[in-house]
Amino acid sequence: MDLSAYLSIALMAMLGTGFAVVALWASKRLAPNNPTPEKLAPYESGIVPLQEPAERFPVKFYLVAMMFVIFDVEIVFLFAWAVAMDDFGWAGIAAVGLFMLLLLETLGYVWKRGALDWNVAQRARYRVVVAPEPPVEEVA
Amino acid sequence: MTIGDWLTESANWAFLFLAIPTFVASVMVVSSRNVVRAVLYLVIALGGSAALFLMLGAEFVGWTVVLVYIGAVIILFLIGIMITRAPLTKSVDLSHPISAKAPAALLSVLLFGVVAWAVVESFGLETIPLPEEATRTGEIGLSIFTSWVIPFEVVSFVLLAALIGGIVLARKDEPAEVP
Amino acid sequence: MDGFWLAALKVLIAFALLFNIVLVLVWVERRLVARMQNRIGPNRAGPAGMLQTLADGLKLMFKESIDPRRAQLGIYLAAPVLALIPALLIFLIIPIGAPITIGDTTYDLQVTDLNIAVLYFLAMSSIAVYAIVLAGWSSGSKYPLLGSVRAAAQMISYEAALGLALVPVILYNRTTSLAEIVAAQGGTFFGIFPAWNIVLIPSFIVFLIAGFAETNRAPFDLVEAEQELVGGYHTEYSGFRFALFFLAEYINLFNISALTVVFFLGGWHGPVFGPTFLQYLLPIFWFLLKTAAVIFVFIWARASLPRMRYDQLMEFGWKRLIPLSLVWIMVVMVAVGLRRFGLPWS
Repeated sequence: MDLSAYLSIALMAMLGTGFAVVALWASKRLAPNNPTPEKLAPYESGIVPLQEPAERFPVKFYLVAMMFVIFDVEIVFLFAWAVAMDDFGWAGIAAVGLFMLLLLETLGYVWKRGALDWNVAQRARYRVVVAPEPPVEEVA
Repeated sequence: MTIGDWLTESANWAFLFLAIPTFVASVMVVSSRNVVRAVLYLVIALGGSAALFLMLGAEFVGWTVVLVYIGAVIILFLIGIMITRAPLTKSVDLSHPISAKAPAALLSVLLFGVVAWAVVESFGLETIPLPEEATRTGEIGLSIFTSWVIPFEVVSFVLLAALIGGIVLARKDEPAEVP
Repeated sequence: MDGFWLAALKVLIAFALLFNIVLVLVWVERRLVARMQNRIGPNRAGPAGMLQTLADGLKLMFKESIDPRRAQLGIYLAAPVLALIPALLIFLIIPIGAPITIGDTTYDLQVTDLNIAVLYFLAMSSIAVYAIVLAGWSSGSKYPLLGSVRAAAQMISYEAALGLALVPVILYNRTTSLAEIVAAQGGTFFGIFPAWNIVLIPSFIVFLIAGFAETNRAPFDLVEAEQELVGGYHTEYSGFRFALFFLAEYINLFNISALTVVFFLGGWHGPVFGPTFLQYLLPIFWFLLKTAAVIFVFIWARASLPRMRYDQLMEFGWKRLIPLSLVWIMVVMVAVGLRRFGLPWS
């Protein structure tokens, strides 16, 4: 098959990499280089770092990535259909409509379960527990 | 056909140029001691297979591999690694004893054997001519919506199931934040 | 071999063009933002300060590149290169003018016309996420890691919106090739209004907003929110390594503006008249004018809008943009269906 369309992509990738590598190398050669322990330490606004940077993040980030996988697959299917829409007529629209309704339902479910709530103070579960604040008892 | 004949064709050189790095990278995926590096080798392996698809004229499939696997699934892995305590160096959990490696190696060789046998059995030395030009995206859509319309709808259920699994995972972080 | 040299020439021109665009773009942005904030902006280097960017670039070349102690050096050095490559590659598919015929050959003012350019664009933008994730992770430092996890979640969220916003365009134009998308926008409605895809208004709005987030521009620049994250994912990058990130960022700004023009604002279409050479130059002029207008909107937004909070950002993406684009796809598909196939029961 004709791969000439990819020739320029390969050329540009090589040119870009070449430029970046040469520029980084030249900069390393041209610029002064006198490292000190302070300079090489991780930047923490002037405070001496005490621990490894790895921290724990909310699992929500993982969930977002998961939803992205789902929507990415959906986008690919929609593209494949959208180009050839004329060949399928209403049957295609019905098939895709069903598919999209199921995904909308997925989104609705996720939304309802609070997986899209990033504001901790507004989370439904949080409100239930925290909202009715117990009256402060006066100490006699 | 001998190896010598096979090597005279330039397309086969291009195949080797792509297939060898893909193969090496996939071996590195399972042998690397650093999780992030293993994931990056997986990116190379998937990139190589995407390029092989492109070589076969399957433009849409090739770019879908890049978009969905490299662009979404591996990012999912990376985020998963980063939000847990990702060690910057070698992790001890990944150094398995030989007693664990041997069955895994055996199993993968067996699997390779079965797939290779299936391919050789069905096609043998038959040459399948490459299409003149890349498969149009429309043709992919056509086969999805004519021959494969039921699996297509089932896919959305699979996606739904995956997400419900995700929600079950995500629920765990909430009670901890409640004072 | 002729094809090879033509491709090489086009790639070289594209490369040089992009670098000049970035030089001008950075200067324009700094001057414009300065004027909007009642300052003067860089005006010393060259005429009206035009050479300021070049001077900054050269300065960075001569600045020390620090190898942070905890960095994973291999990945750390690969990240800025990985940021630059997708930015350069996306430019290749953008048609910047009408095809030019010299003698019997027609030259497309587009480096390569892929059949599946839309998919390619999305794939490349998802590769751009890697640069940020790897830069943040390999720096071995706190702020970059925080910045890159945020950035990754932000970029993938808005990439989903970006992809969904393009589905109506493909439905409407029946193609995924950018040259054909532009060609499909050539006509007029009722003989007066240009038949641009901007009639798909919700798609246009979603695409533009997602474009802001995808290029990490204000008001979505949480990736490098100075007040919270110092410099975000590139905190530990110095010297020319930082310059590469900077370069990629501005090439991406140009790319997303140019793609907005291609997808929604009619590409290079515009009134064309006069002798032959003018008929070739005017489309390029219209394309650049429209792109400049979109870039102006980006800069304007940066000067006027405050940065969003992270929870606002994620909720806006998932609770507003994505449902809106899903519903809009359904509306468009029924409308297009009615127009092309008539009523379902007839």
